[in-house]
Amino acid sequence: MAQSPIGSPVLRREGGAKLAGATQYTDDLRIPGLLHGVTVRSPVARGRLRAVHFGEGIPWEEFTIVRAADIPGRNAVAHILEDQPCLVDGEIRHAEEAVLLLAHEDRALAELARTRVRLDFEALPAVLSLDEALETRERVWGEDNTFKRILIEKGDPFDWAAAPRVHEGTYRTGAQEHVYIEPNAMIAEASPDGVLARGSLQCPYYVHHSLQALLGLPPERIRVVQLDTGGGFGGKEDFPSMIAAHAALLSWKAGGRPVKIAYDREEDMACTTKRHPSRTRIRSAFAPDGTLLALEIEFILDGGAYLTLSPVVLSRGALHASGPYRCGHIRIEARAVATNTPPHGAFRGFGAPQSLFAIERHMTEAARRLGMDPAELRRKNLLRPGDTMATGQVLRDAVDLPALMDRALAEIGYREKRPLDARLHERPGRPRRGIGFAVFMHGGGFTGGGEVFLGSVAAVEGTVEGRFRVLAASTEIGQGATTVFGQIAAEALGCPLEAVEVARPDTAVVPNSGPTVASRTTQVVGKLIFDAALALRKTLLESGHLAEGGDVSAAARAFIAARGALRAESRYQKPPFVQWDDAAYRGDAYATYAWACYAAEVSADSRTYEVRVEDFVAVQEVGRVVNPTLAAGQIEGGVAQGIGWALSEEVVWRDGRMANAQMTNYLIPTSADLPRIRAFFEESPYPYGPGGAKGIGELPMDGPAPAILNAVQEALGVEARELPLTPERLLDLVEPEAADG
Amino acid sequence: MRGQPSACEVHTPETLAGALAFRAGNPDWRPLAGGTDLMVPFAAGRLGDQRFLNLWGLRELKGILASEDAVLIGALASYRAIAAHPVIQARLPNLVASARATGALAIQGRGTLGGNLVNGSPAADSPPSLLVYEAEVELASVRGGRWIPYAAFHTGYRANAMAPDELLTCIRVPLPPEGGVHYFRKVGTRQAQAIAKLSLAGWALPRQGRLAEIRLALGSVAPVPVRALHAETVLRGAPLSALPLSAAREALQADIAPIDDLRSSARYRRRVAGNLLEEALAALI
Amino acid sequence: MAEKILLWMTVNGEARSAEVFPMARLLDVIREDWGLTGTKEGCGEGECGACSVILDGVLVNACLIPAVQAQGGELLTVEGLARKGELDPLQEAFLHHGGAQCGFCTPGMLMAGTHLLAQGGPGDEAEARAGLAGNLCRCTGYNRIVDAVLAARREHP
Ligand SMILES: Cc1cc2nc3c(=O)[nH]c(=O)nc-3n(C[C@H](O)[C@H](O)[C@H](O)COP(=O)(O)OP(=O)(O)OC[C@H]3O[C@@H](n4cnc5c(N)ncnc54)[C@H](O)[C@@H]3O)c2cc1C
Ligand code: FES
Ligand code: FES
Repeated sequence: MAQSPIGSPVLRREGGAKLAGATQYTDDLRIPGLLHGVTVRSPVARGRLRAVHFGEGIPWEEFTIVRAADIPGRNAVAHILEDQPCLVDGEIRHAEEAVLLLAHEDRALAELARTRVRLDFEALPAVLSLDEALETRERVWGEDNTFKRILIEKGDPFDWAAAPRVHEGTYRTGAQEHVYIEPNAMIAEASPDGVLARGSLQCPYYVHHSLQALLGLPPERIRVVQLDTGGGFGGKEDFPSMIAAHAALLSWKAGGRPVKIAYDREEDMACTTKRHPSRTRIRSAFAPDGTLLALEIEFILDGGAYLTLSPVVLSRGALHASGPYRCGHIRIEARAVATNTPPHGAFRGFGAPQSLFAIERHMTEAARRLGMDPAELRRKNLLRPGDTMATGQVLRDAVDLPALMDRALAEIGYREKRPLDARLHERPGRPRRGIGFAVFMHGGGFTGGGEVFLGSVAAVEGTVEGRFRVLAASTEIGQGATTVFGQIAAEALGCPLEAVEVARPDTAVVPNSGPTVASRTTQVVGKLIFDAALALRKTLLESGHLAEGGDVSAAARAFIAARGALRAESRYQKPPFVQWDDAAYRGDAYATYAWACYAAEVSADSRTYEVRVEDFVAVQEVGRVVNPTLAAGQIEGGVAQGIGWALSEEVVWRDGRMANAQMTNYLIPTSADLPRIRAFFEESPYPYGPGGAKGIGELPMDGPAPAILNAVQEALGVEARELPLTPERLLDLVEPEAADG
Repeated sequence: MRGQPSACEVHTPETLAGALAFRAGNPDWRPLAGGTDLMVPFAAGRLGDQRFLNLWGLRELKGILASEDAVLIGALASYRAIAAHPVIQARLPNLVASARATGALAIQGRGTLGGNLVNGSPAADSPPSLLVYEAEVELASVRGGRWIPYAAFHTGYRANAMAPDELLTCIRVPLPPEGGVHYFRKVGTRQAQAIAKLSLAGWALPRQGRLAEIRLALGSVAPVPVRALHAETVLRGAPLSALPLSAAREALQADIAPIDDLRSSARYRRRVAGNLLEEALAALI
Repeated sequence: MAEKILLWMTVNGEARSAEVFPMARLLDVIREDWGLTGTKEGCGEGECGACSVILDGVLVNACLIPAVQAQGGELLTVEGLARKGELDPLQEAFLHHGGAQCGFCTPGMLMAGTHLLAQGGPGDEAEARAGLAGNLCRCTGYNRIVDAVLAARREHP
């Protein structure tokens, strides 16, 4: 073969259809007899539902109406717990919580009808922020509003009184909305005979699992199919289970007629999950020469009204909280609290961006306070292979972090530009420039023993035409999964790319390769596919149908003709060295990490306090790059989301509701707001990834915010500790209130 | 889509005269121009109106005409047409700047200046520019047309001086003397598709080392777009070499009454208004 | 209940008509009456540009156009770009530069790019970024979209 499939910039498989406008997303399907479902929601954050009134002027008899009492199985969206009801049954725990479902053939009439339902409720005092949850004046979950606590300790207790230099800081990040451009949508057909749910989603088997409990059906009667999905970023990880449940309940009540629920932007923004708001307190001790002696970190997430995935998000956040640093004494106390806002959920990075923001801001602050260059302070303390991390994990990755840092700083011109910036700053009224950076890592795959617990399976099969089909539940959500899977399978099989198909994720067809989350699709599922493909090739070799260097397709045809089916499966096996103790939070938190240094050059307008990113460099070590075009695209897109989170994306809460649930008031970056994002890769193959690859999907979300706020510190000398750093917040830092006149 | 098209009627007149005649008898039918304002609440199910007077086809209102001393802009002229007009480019650069700061390309091709003014958002981008150029607007009805200063058009938050049977038909912008300095800046936090947190337009005429004339106007800092008359008074006639910067900043604070809202804070608006004034004045020297 | 109108337009070079309410959004007519689902709805408020189409030579957001105002118009949607199943040069450039990820913003981006190219632009990266700013993409960070438009202009001036 001319070129090995892994490593080449293969064109996106479904690209042609997407460019022709031919790809059909959920709301594009035409389905005969379809009913349009809508959701009636709670306007209050906490209360008791007393009654539901149906207003005038609507032919209610034509509607399918579902309330909690109509649910055939358990009224729950099953994730880690079954605490979240699918429909309010008395108790309202957050605004926008679903109370009632309506369906009608006429979409416009369904929309009108939902405005004519009046809910009669008694409002109760609500807990609306992380700080209020910690005060525990109102208890909304357990004894102390706490979903989950995690403690990570390394080394003996540290004697803070004797520490030469101590720095402290509290860092906050706000909720972030995913704003995938395709809003959520789901179609279900459900009856006691069986259920088909199709839609825009990341994790078919999550939906599958959740529908079993809801409808009281055995797994084989439930089929979930992913349709082409217009972006997810974690936002279509857990919430589609809720929408599928609603659509299925309506269909069930309507005798099996297909029901579609397609959210508009406003409903999607107001009601679905967002990134967890966070508060991180860090106390650090340094030797006079800058050696990091101790870290004490308190990391708190606002989980919203139900537990959903918060413990897992908390775990990843906690495991990244001490950053890429060598430190003898570490204590990380993490806690997810309950409030009365819509539950926060998965969002690219999954807790790590929050805690990494804090530690990477903290390190630059500490450097400046010690009178050191932030790069030199880091150089002294960055992890090296063989060092132990917070959980006692010995770093095996062959990574050279100082070299990554130096490359990023060279690309952005750190050394040359900084003296120039200083001179610029002497001129009043001019925008001030600064360069900041962050060094960080992102664990690939599930936390701790998660991958072992999942035990994912993927398969590759041969077809009678001599083609090969990859079978996995991992979804294409724009990240290029199907293209990458094709490359991996072709590489292992030794066949041309064109001979490989990737099956649509359909629980009736594909095995459970786990959810499409946690940067695990290429690294973990890709490896399963690689191994399954290798096994299939081995079968062909051993059967005598294939000789080394021979035509695999011809061999497959011959094999199938002679023996019937040709299929190989592979089940997850942890790399042999991985040891994890979930009770003690000790051991190998992740089998491997992707490593990076991101650098940002910003200009801060001294008249409007607006910060603009002028240049952005992203250097990362991600094992082997499977597809350079797709990999760079992932990094660039993630950085753009990170820039938005850092500077402009703010969810404005009023009484527990998102007050700015429109694209016009929630500001994601446009093409005119972003510089060219420059991504660079260092490749150090990871022996347990497919062809040496590691996960990269979430990594780019971690670095931009601290890099940008560090750059603002260089430009203006302020220690900004809260995201997003809006112009209003920057004004308050640069010219505190008292200075007004 | 939460709007109810099936409940909505539209009347589409062929001529302006037809439109005015219809409006005289049906003042509660909502004029509809480019729709870029109206369609948003309509689709969100938040628009009360169900009957519309469709002006979009009225060619009479689309033109832009330049004369010796003024430019006449038809109420239905788009931002794109305004920004492309050579006389506007040469003599009224603030109007070009505000047009280009409006929405993004697709909005600029469809949104109209008349719609922008009647919609009456205090955050709109063109009003500050029109205020500093001392524009006038023509209000027409079957009773005839009348011209009023644009400064008298907005009478309160989203209220205006148009009678129920009138339409806004034309905007007349007198050409300021040449040799002046023009300034426009919108602060929106995003480079496109942003609603202004505030905006400042200015025009000044330096003569013989003094500020012979100065006009300033702001958006998003009061219930209506405002002229900064106090600040202008402080500055008018001042020597360029010693502009009373801090006095002007202080006077400006009396011209504006910003609030905290979804998009920004009163404090930010006050502070940045002062800063932009300084920037505008710095452009003079 | 309002009366429907007979809307007729030239859509991607072909005559089409539909009986619709005058205040139906052009977006819904395109998608539901004509089944041209390449044009997307991402917001319904004129912000995202996923519904961008070219109406009488002008780039517009189809979610903001009432059907009655499109009467007799000439419409170009994403389905009208490819000729005889061959992607046009801008589509090709998107494919090769990796300008489409999830693909949901893509039809709108292509229409905005087509409009820019038809106007003789964009001259440089800054113009491309300004010209595309009414089309939001959450996947790509825009590099590759900007590159595709610039490449299409370079290679097919
Ligand atoms: C995504 C988006 C971005 C935007 N960005 C900006 C921005 O940056 N800056 C900005 O200033 N605006 C912005 N707008 C608002 C809008 O585009 C402008 O206000 C536009 O000029 C309105 O013109 P129109 O013709 O589309 O108005 P329409 O929606 O047709 O009408 C607006 C109002 O004016 C009335 N009306 C219209 N014409 C007349 C007339 N001749 N006589 C009497 N009444 C009339 C209507 O009844 C209605 O009340 C934005 C809108 C959108 C959707
Ligand atoms: S759907 Fe029309 S602009 Fe978003
Ligand atoms: S490719 Fe997904 S939104 Fe642009």
